[in-house]
Amino acid sequence: MSAITMVRQFGEVLLAIALAPLFVGWIAQCRAWLQSRTAPPLVQPYRMMRKLFQKDVALAANATPLFRITPYVLFGSMVLAAAIIPSIATDLPFARVADAIALIGIFATARVFQSLAAMDTGTAFGTMGARREMMVGFLAEPALLMVLFNAFLLSGSTALPSVVEAYSAGPLSINPSLTFAGVAFVMVLLAENARIPIDNPSTHLELTMIHEAMVLEYSARHLALIEWASSLKLFNYACIGFALFLPWGIATHGADGGWALLLAAAALIAKLVVFGAALALIESLSAKLRIFRAPEYLATAFLLAVLGLLVHLLLGS
Amino acid sequence: MLLLVLGWLFLGAIGLLRPHSLRFVARGLFPAGAVIGLGVALLGTVALLAGHAPQAMVLPLGLPSLPFHVRLDALSGFFLLLMGLAGAGISIFAAGYFRSGEGTAPGLLGLHYHIFLASMALVVLADDAYFFMVAWELMALSSYFLVVSQHRLPEIRRAGFLYLLMAHLGALCLLLSFGVLQGGRWQFTFDAMRGAPLTPLWATVAFLLALLGFGAKAGLVPLHGWLPEAHPAAPSPVSAMMSGLMLKTAVYGMLRITFDLLHVQFWQWGVLVLALGLFSAIYGAIFAGVKTDMKRLLAYSSIENIGLIFTGIGLAILFDACHLPLFAALALSAALLHSLNHAFFKSLLFLATGNVLHATKRRSLGALGGLAHTMPWVATMALVGTLAIAGLPPLNGFVSEWLLLQAFLFTPQIPHAFINMLVPLGAAVLALTVALAAYVMVKFYGIIFLGQPREPALEDAHDANWLERIGLAWLALGCIAIGVLPQIALRAAGAVTGLLLGQTVNFSSQLWWVAPITAKQASYSGLLLLAGIICVVGITFVVVRGLAHGRFRRTVPWDCGYPWQTSRMQDTAEGFGQPIRHIFGTAFDMERELPSPSDSAPHYRIHVEDRLWRMAYLPIERAVQRLSDAIGVLQGGRLAIYLLYSFLTLLALLVGVL
Repeated sequence: MSAITMVRQFGEVLLAIALAPLFVGWIAQCRAWLQSRTAPPLVQPYRMMRKLFQKDVALAANATPLFRITPYVLFGSMVLAAAIIPSIATDLPFARVADAIALIGIFATARVFQSLAAMDTGTAFGTMGARREMMVGFLAEPALLMVLFNAFLLSGSTALPSVVEAYSAGPLSINPSLTFAGVAFVMVLLAENARIPIDNPSTHLELTMIHEAMVLEYSARHLALIEWASSLKLFNYACIGFALFLPWGIATHGADGGWALLLAAAALIAKLVVFGAALALIESLSAKLRIFRAPEYLATAFLLAVLGLLVHLLLGS
Repeated sequence: MLLLVLGWLFLGAIGLLRPHSLRFVARGLFPAGAVIGLGVALLGTVALLAGHAPQAMVLPLGLPSLPFHVRLDALSGFFLLLMGLAGAGISIFAAGYFRSGEGTAPGLLGLHYHIFLASMALVVLADDAYFFMVAWELMALSSYFLVVSQHRLPEIRRAGFLYLLMAHLGALCLLLSFGVLQGGRWQFTFDAMRGAPLTPLWATVAFLLALLGFGAKAGLVPLHGWLPEAHPAAPSPVSAMMSGLMLKTAVYGMLRITFDLLHVQFWQWGVLVLALGLFSAIYGAIFAGVKTDMKRLLAYSSIENIGLIFTGIGLAILFDACHLPLFAALALSAALLHSLNHAFFKSLLFLATGNVLHATKRRSLGALGGLAHTMPWVATMALVGTLAIAGLPPLNGFVSEWLLLQAFLFTPQIPHAFINMLVPLGAAVLALTVALAAYVMVKFYGIIFLGQPREPALEDAHDANWLERIGLAWLALGCIAIGVLPQIALRAAGAVTGLLLGQTVNFSSQLWWVAPITAKQASYSGLLLLAGIICVVGITFVVVRGLAHGRFRRTVPWDCGYPWQTSRMQDTAEGFGQPIRHIFGTAFDMERELPSPSDSAPHYRIHVEDRLWRMAYLPIERAVQRLSDAIGVLQGGRLAIYLLYSFLTLLALLVGVL
């Protein structure tokens, strides 16, 4: 393994770990602007985590070891996912470990651990959050799989680096099936990352929360790791979206020296800035759905992805 | 090879010498049975390595003109491997599990148990229809006696009867199927059947009869009615064997008849099996989501997993009929790997419920909770099983489901319009099923082992004894090993696909990678994934402890500051299943009793029933009842009338002859 490959691999992971909280901070800032509030500083998530790391953990008396290792498992699996997703370069030694479908599996592992940890202390809100999180999960997965099916039909691969390479080799064009799949993907992204319209990241209203209900019992460094992991999850989802739908700028195999990597990092940041603003706009324009409207919302995402599939098979493009 | 199988029978027989000595049977015979299990697994491995050179033998047993034939090839080798490995774990567990005074005497139980094991091995070794049916019936009867080992309870007798009924209806279909397969040449060896000329119509008839027969054994919806009744009724090691091993004999039979005895496939068969498999999978997953009895929940989860296996078989038939043998081999490998996986994780979970049952005497999830504190060993092993069955990387359940999804990706290449558009949607059903399975398993594990104990008696539940621990650990290790290095199992499956389809998928030359078709298309490595997670988690732990601190204090749970928390405020199993009842409401027959606002002692009750009971099973039962009532008119009970019948029959025969 050459030095530049190691730089690419570790650089990408460190970049993800560093940028993820900033990305969340950026979305919060945009939302505040759109809602005519004074925006918090961009580094607010970092300040939050620094404070949390200094505090003492208040652990529920009946918490099992599962409860205590879960924050580490969550953070670990998200960092691992960041190592697999080609966000700035495709020639990563670790990228072959899992293709996009296996990546969904890694996210599912994190979700199951988080739900189990939420049930561990045996509180009413924890179990409620776990149940709702698992519900959103099983509704979102078919839609996400159909999105990947679309990408597979166009590129002949479910491995993200190959998808990016296949797109980059062809001419710039907007594919009708990818348009449907892209909309479906954004809908799934919102649902999976506990954002409006399925969940509200800033709520503490007991009966509507999902993600917050699951992490109620966590405090201090555990909570900081969980928050960091969920910002990494959003970052990872965004990068999967970029790889599938906006692969331009990612340094491909053979053209990934130092300057190309810097350029790719700049392109990634530009995409994140635009995408974060767009997410904030979507979230500001929509209202949170009642929890039992979630199936309809995710069924819409699923149908859009299936439409993309049918469009591809009918047009043969 | 038969010596080993006979060894099981022998163990069963010597158990009868001292039928009431629990110590002798449990500490002596069951561990010996486990050793024989390992031997059988070794035998299977040898057969897999031998490749295309099957060993055949004619036994000097059976009827004068119909001797028993046995044959060991890669397909039977794979299933022997499965039975041996999982069976060894179950036998070791069983050695510590059975207590005195629980139903049947230990000696008799040991006899049935070992006959059951031996007959399953004979089913996959049999090489003629006659011997196959003998072994098949032996398996059905010995398992029936195991199911009703606590025969004093009326619901267990009822479950046993239903099981026996379905087993025999299935056996009848199989008998007819073999009757068609011999193709008018009246030779019942499988060798003769392979060469029997069958028109497409008769081949289809034989296939459909086999599907009915094996589907009834495997629990494919709508022939699943017996499964959620019989599995919970049996003692836990027996449930584990029935679900983990016996259902696989049906998978074996299906593969043997479809790919070996019938040499031509039609794509319509594939679509049928695929549709049935997907339907069973989603049906099982939904029902597992609303069930509140832990063993019944696992039984429905077995239906789901059998559905996944049959989905793979259906895809394989479809691809094979469309002359895409490589993809057929991929789908078949996924189905075989899932059979092996299911044998491990489902046995593990059934055994864990056995421990819970012994420690708490409760089967309803609503009465459990918080057992991770009192039964840490069982809880840890069950966690492995839970994560594996939920299809999560890096454990084994994920690999087979991932391969199945990969096989689905190639369905647009099927050269039939509409089929190539509809079948890809099956992948979405599959994804929904797998995600639902994760939901169900979070419910199963979270409600039994996590949270607060829902009843005070649970505080003094005891952990598994050491024999049980070995059994559980063996199966959990299997789940981890296959998940981390799936290539070992996939190469075994490759020998089978080579035999049945003449095509093997090369999953990669390196043992720790799995790449269906090409590495560029998709690849996965459980080993590196596990290593990566362990590394990152370790580094994070060290960094967090180094930069911050490790201080913590124990307090009461926060729960948004509610001061009066009781264990009754946690979700019940019913509550946890509520989203599924809400979303898939049309699938159920629900009876709900809601309290009125003025009730002084409010009571909430919900009863969810399988809709197919009312729509399929009960009408058939009523029709059979009416028919037998109608025939019953003939039985007047008077001798003179019966003599009249004989007279009329003779008269009719005379007229016929003349």
